[in-house]
Amino acid sequence: MDIFLDQFFNLAIMTKVFPLLLKGLWMTVKLCIAVILLGLVGGLFVALGNLSPQRWVRWPTVVYTDVFRALPPLVLLIFIYSGLPFAGIKVSPFTAVVIAFLLNNSSYYAEVYRAGLISVAKGQWEAAASTGLSRSQVLTYVVLPQAVRNVLPDLLSNTVEVVKLTSLASVISLSELLYSADMARSVTYNASPLVLAALFYLVLLWPLVRLVSHFQRRLAA
Amino acid sequence: MAYRPMLEIVALEKRFGSNTVLKNIDLKVAGGELVFVIGPSGSGKSTMLRCCNRLEEPTSGDIILDGRNIMSGTSRDLNRMRLQVGMVFQGFHLYPHMSVLKNVTLAQRKALKRSKPDADARAMDMLERVGLAHKANAYPAELSGGQQQRVAIARALALDPKVMLFDEPTSALDPELVGSVLKVMKDLKSKGMTMLVVSHEMAFARETADRVVFMDGGVVVEEGKPEEIFGAPKAERTRTFLSRVSS
Amino acid sequence: MDRFLDTFFNPVVMAKYAPDVIGGMGVTLTIAAAVIFAGIGLGLALACLRAYGLTILNFFIICYADIFRSLPPLVLILILYFGFPSIGIRLSGPMVLFVVLSLTLAAFAEEIFWAGFSSVEKGQWEAGIATGLGFTRTLAYVALPQAVRLAMPPLVNRVLAITKMTALGSAIGVAEILSTSTTAQSFSGSATPLTLSVIAYLVIFLPMVVFARWLERNSAWKSR
Ligand SMILES: Nc1ncnc2c1ncn2[C@@H]1O[C@H](COP(=O)(O)OP(=O)(O)OP(=O)(O)O)[C@@H](O)[C@H]1O
Ligand SMILES: [Mg+2]
Repeated sequence: MDIFLDQFFNLAIMTKVFPLLLKGLWMTVKLCIAVILLGLVGGLFVALGNLSPQRWVRWPTVVYTDVFRALPPLVLLIFIYSGLPFAGIKVSPFTAVVIAFLLNNSSYYAEVYRAGLISVAKGQWEAAASTGLSRSQVLTYVVLPQAVRNVLPDLLSNTVEVVKLTSLASVISLSELLYSADMARSVTYNASPLVLAALFYLVLLWPLVRLVSHFQRRLAA
Repeated sequence: MAYRPMLEIVALEKRFGSNTVLKNIDLKVAGGELVFVIGPSGSGKSTMLRCCNRLEEPTSGDIILDGRNIMSGTSRDLNRMRLQVGMVFQGFHLYPHMSVLKNVTLAQRKALKRSKPDADARAMDMLERVGLAHKANAYPAELSGGQQQRVAIARALALDPKVMLFDEPTSALDPELVGSVLKVMKDLKSKGMTMLVVSHEMAFARETADRVVFMDGGVVVEEGKPEEIFGAPKAERTRTFLSRVSS
Repeated sequence: MDRFLDTFFNPVVMAKYAPDVIGGMGVTLTIAAAVIFAGIGLGLALACLRAYGLTILNFFIICYADIFRSLPPLVLILILYFGFPSIGIRLSGPMVLFVVLSLTLAAFAEEIFWAGFSSVEKGQWEAGIATGLGFTRTLAYVALPQAVRLAMPPLVNRVLAITKMTALGSAIGVAEILSTSTTAQSFSGSATPLTLSVIAYLVIFLPMVVFARWLERNSAWKSR
């Protein structure tokens, strides 16, 4: 028991590495902001493409969502970070993460938006259009607010996944939360920094996970 | 009328938190008798019915089925008792993932432990009786409301219950489908089934019921033969209720 | 253009390392299958237990599901792989990957099945109980099949997301697709093995994505 506490909940080590992890957390937060915002915006455009009546718009975006939902985000990340330099394209770790996750997230967010947009009754389009609003005005003021409200739990749940996903950046040595913790582990030969990082994630995400569950009590039949 | 009641409710009381929904209810249903329960919304009719097979747990009082008190005994006794009390719900509650035949055989097989041929044969008999043998392989979603309710009746009958409880069996049906369900119930009555029916079908009550019970505010206000209750109600509350529903 | 093709689609490199990557596909598929089996099994069992409504048990089930849905699997993988040996628990890389991903999938599956149970109408339970089936048999024959059907679309999506995480095995040296191809990349000095890995993942997961999409659109079984 003592050895367990010493290895996983070593307070002395945790205190010592706390500032380092806090710095890592800040990087994680910056990553999250970039990745979530880009994903939310990109996903919307992809979703609109998915629902476009024009075939030459619809098909490419459908292929886009399916391909990037099929590829593990880590594979995308490695491909961009260590594959592209072979073609003379060098990107910083931060940029690599943002691009890889934009491709991945926009596909996931697009699926959520698509479900939301479909859930808004056709009558809403017609009613709004009949009051003289343009297509984009109908979308912005009438349809989108309802669509987003209908799929809020899924948007939230997806966002939780995005935050968790940023931990993959540690694989390409971007000094976010998990990377900092793993550095600390290899220096201290002790797993407590990793446990501390886990606690950070828990504090950050548990409330959101609870909220998702609260929203998702029932499945649509 | 039989000497010993088939179903007897004794000093039944039911509270939801601080809200007393049933107060000291006493009611006897003789073998082969059809007792019809009426009363305003929220008067406790459904709750009383649901206490009779302990879907709702009575706060106090006894329910005696064919001489056996169902308030005592293990949970296995409880399941055995529930096999003997058929229940038909307002919303049918057929199992949507099973064919009509499967709906009728499930409890026969899993609770009564009947063999498959026995259960199937019994199910077909009962479906025949409610006029739906030809729908045995259909799924509930393919049936009309009236047909679904008749399957629900067959599902209960297949377990050879001693008593059948009906909670507004026709309230969720389109008017033109009500008749088919009432016809099945009338047929049941003529074959000697003991029935306790909550419903608003007053014409049916006049024609078929042996006794009518009027409930209000969780108590039995008045009971008597249909012609007494509908023709010359004694209590003021009964009169008000009847004048409101008939207008 | 030639240079591009030579960098990402060099036929010689492809031929040389394809067997390795195909071996990696075997590892990925094996671990994925084990994770799906264990994760869904455990998740379903927990959701069924939860249906019994025992307060203390449910508290632990909910905590478990919340924690494993909140934590990035990579954190758990590192803790198990680098931390556990010092308390005498030494698990192989594939084992760590299997344990962490199964537990994570189980947490999500439990929540999804539970949402399925909650969506089964109360009247369905009452019909089963009123016909003398009792709680357990009503759960098994009436509620469970309906809950599982409702749960299918979100479950398939989640299974997809979590089996893709087998790529995390590359961080602890599991010889699955990604790590065989990054190894090949550093040996060959070419980006082509990475292309191979992309192709391998698409071969495995693209059909699953299309299946998930189909399932989502055809899940209106109630109206059949
Ligand atoms: N599960 C419950 N929890 C709390 N209160 C309940 C519950 N079920 C019923 N009640 C209350 O008990 C009272 C009687 O309800 P009940 O459903 O038995 O009435 P009813 O006579 O069947 O009415 P209706 O004609 O509308 O079906 C109502 O006030 C209702 O709000
Ligand atoms: Mg009622």
